[in-house]
Amino acid sequence: MEFIQFLMSYETLRVIWWLFLGVLLIGFAVMEGFDLGVATLLPIVARTDDERRVLINTVGPTWEGNQVWLILGGGAIFAAYPLVYSAAFSGFFIALILTLFALILRPVGFSYRSKLPNARWRNVWDWALFVGAIVPSIVFGVAFGNLLQGVPFSFDEQLRVTYYGSFFGLLNPYGLLAGLVSLSMMLLQGSVFLQLKTEGEIRERARRWVGYSALALCVTFALAGIWLTLGIDGYRIVAFAGTEAASNPTTKQVVREAGAWLANYGANPLLWVIPALVFVGAFVAWKLAATRPGLAFIASSVALGCVVLTAGVAMFPFLMPSSLEPGHSLTMWDSTSSLLTLRWMFWMVIIFLPIVIAYTSWVYRVMRGPVTAEDVREHSASMY
Amino acid sequence: MISDTVVELSRWQFALTAMYHFIFVPLTLGLSFLLAIMESVYVMTGKQIYKDMVKFWGKLFGINFVLGVSTGITMEFQFGTNWSYYSQYVGDIFGTPLAIEGLMAFFLEATFVGLFFFGWERLSKVQHLIVTWLVALGSNFSALWILIANGWMQYPAGAAFNPETLRMEMTSFADVFFNPVAQVKFVHTVSAGYVTAAVFVLGVSAWYLLRGRHVAFARRSFAIAAAFGLAGVLSVITLGDEHGYSLGTVQKVKLAAIEAMWETQEPPASFTVAGWIDSEKLETRGALNIPWVMGLLATRSVDEPVIGIKDLMAESEQRIRSGMLAYDALTRLRANPYDEAAREEFMARREDLGYGLLLKRYTDKVVDATEEQIQAAVRDSIPPVGPLFWTFRVMVAAGFIMLVLFIWAFAASARRTVGKSKALLRFALYSIPLPWIASEAGWFVAEVGRQPWTVGDVLPTWLSVSSLTVSDLAFSLTGFVLLYTVLLVVEMYLMLKFIRLGPADASTETQEREPSSGVSPMPAPAAPVSSEQA
Repeated sequence: MEFIQFLMSYETLRVIWWLFLGVLLIGFAVMEGFDLGVATLLPIVARTDDERRVLINTVGPTWEGNQVWLILGGGAIFAAYPLVYSAAFSGFFIALILTLFALILRPVGFSYRSKLPNARWRNVWDWALFVGAIVPSIVFGVAFGNLLQGVPFSFDEQLRVTYYGSFFGLLNPYGLLAGLVSLSMMLLQGSVFLQLKTEGEIRERARRWVGYSALALCVTFALAGIWLTLGIDGYRIVAFAGTEAASNPTTKQVVREAGAWLANYGANPLLWVIPALVFVGAFVAWKLAATRPGLAFIASSVALGCVVLTAGVAMFPFLMPSSLEPGHSLTMWDSTSSLLTLRWMFWMVIIFLPIVIAYTSWVYRVMRGPVTAEDVREHSASMY
Repeated sequence: MISDTVVELSRWQFALTAMYHFIFVPLTLGLSFLLAIMESVYVMTGKQIYKDMVKFWGKLFGINFVLGVSTGITMEFQFGTNWSYYSQYVGDIFGTPLAIEGLMAFFLEATFVGLFFFGWERLSKVQHLIVTWLVALGSNFSALWILIANGWMQYPAGAAFNPETLRMEMTSFADVFFNPVAQVKFVHTVSAGYVTAAVFVLGVSAWYLLRGRHVAFARRSFAIAAAFGLAGVLSVITLGDEHGYSLGTVQKVKLAAIEAMWETQEPPASFTVAGWIDSEKLETRGALNIPWVMGLLATRSVDEPVIGIKDLMAESEQRIRSGMLAYDALTRLRANPYDEAAREEFMARREDLGYGLLLKRYTDKVVDATEEQIQAAVRDSIPPVGPLFWTFRVMVAAGFIMLVLFIWAFAASARRTVGKSKALLRFALYSIPLPWIASEAGWFVAEVGRQPWTVGDVLPTWLSVSSLTVSDLAFSLTGFVLLYTVLLVVEMYLMLKFIRLGPADASTETQEREPSSGVSPMPAPAAPVSSEQA
């Protein structure tokens, strides 16, 4: 009884929802990551039409389900963090609309590309798939890079949010570096996935990209970390209404100061394991890609998850700091839904997410094994 | 201050992207079910022709499905990009069904749709059938949660304004879920989806029959679509009537606007079939009335009145004045959270706060509104009567034409005379646009009829937008129009191409893969007629 009371308290649920947010972002990076990675590698790794079809069909039966991680991410942030949904999506308006245009091309590209034999038609859709993958891969990282620096927004008395930055303001050096981190993540995940799903020459070519992208991830991630330590001010809450207070992000005091993003790591040095695992994961993925692709995929997934966690832990409890009005920053204490909504959504996630993971695993089991050029030729009319 | 142009452009963008999304959704909803039915028949009878049907209609399903998915991404994010104040003001309630939709419905649909297309050889017959049913179930669940979200915008049950967080918060999940508007809307909308798919299959099959191609295949498809469509259209019309009744109780303004009921009549009220609507003078000239019908439909009684627009405007005026006091009390409460008098007054009037917010368009302070501004807000409280009146009638007319079509088609297939009457086949063929006209008209009525609110009586549309510039919106709107137009052209091209190719091509795959089965994948022209209703 007491445990349920503790579990269902506003404070606990807010912590749990912060973890759920992490699960969703990691789920997105791991699952949609290899879809995006494979599509980004499309013009590089695959040379003939048959090879391109092999690549597309490695994710053919499953990209649709993976994309739901993105949709669910949007929906869950809306439900659990309406203030973040509202401020982030309207603030990053142009960037998000561009991403939407790119994302819209993806499903159509997958489904329509091989419906006609015409080479130009297929070429156009290959480009659509490439753009639809590389743009979101970079933009999501750029968004994170900007969150770490703080974003220029504030609320008025009615809690209407206004964003004072510009689209090109997002494309600052640190934001772009973070964009390269996320691009490397997707490429690593995609090229490792291809070790599981392809054979022969394509697999060889993709394997080179496991090395390139693992190295790129380690270098960009390390650079971003050093830059964060030396050159980027973090945020710290000085006074706030408490972890059980009603969600109103305008009632606290926040200071911006050097080293604040390292405070959590300083307070609990065990947390350094998380960024360390990024390097370990990338290294293991590279080492095992040829011989144990299954383990390599797990290692790469761990690396990706730990990139997300590293940023999350650094910012905790902040979700979206305001550079303009630090006191209006959105944190996981004061930008959540009401207690009742968090409770309902908690049970929904607890019940349905395991079910989703169970049937998704079954689908992957059914569709296991590599895709070959012979498969594609044999089932030309029914495969992508 | 919010710019009127930003509000207008945001509304255009939402309307265009939502209506575009709904070109594809109803066909997905209905066709997924039809595929499941066809495949069930295949598994039960073992007849190859039903598998060919699943494959052929499945191919068209796939072409349509991806665009529903693509344009759905826009819908999931657009509330945040373009309607950020709305998102923060009601996200506590509205976000919940959207998130649950992803979690329990869209995941199901999207995960299994891949297996539907790619799993034929890797699954047993029964397993594949289950997969197809799960796709159908997922898409229909998806509609349930989206319509719960939309139903809440129409009739915001189970929520209240919290002065501490300055937003609406959920007070009862059950009230949100069992919202009567949402439940009726759900059945009405999915049935409309079934009708859409049935008309589509019926019309395309009729085209084959008119040309004498794939006759056996087309006749069987025609028979299944006729039965499915008749059930669907009856459900749409019954639920549409139920919907009207629920409007009479909870969305009186929308109902009065749809019917151009300017005055409260002596019950039972008469129904206006047509007339010249003058929204300036608040009257309908040359109205063609049928006595009693409106009262019976809207109240299911002969003695309850249906309130007219003029009386509803008087009601709005009172609520606007009360809303000003609510806003004033809220302001005082915000300045001093311990002001008990202010809290008490606010709590007494918080239902009217939304009406006070209608004045925001004219004066930021609300409480200092002049008499003229109040009157302007009163006029705003009524949606555009003329467009609603006529669009509603277009929807209903389309619905009844389809009812006639399905009765005729069902009778013909029951008597096994499909193909004898060229008139029926042409009727079916030319009816293909009807369900889309009806669906789009229906959404127009539902959403324009909700104006001036995004959330009925709670949050005015004008306030709901993001703090964007006109050029932001020019960029996004132009992009959507260009991209969506190109995609629609491509989609129609592929649809027509694969319809022209016909089922023979879609089943070449089966021919290659099942050489030993001995069953011709081509629809056998001499198939016994008696199996048609199997």
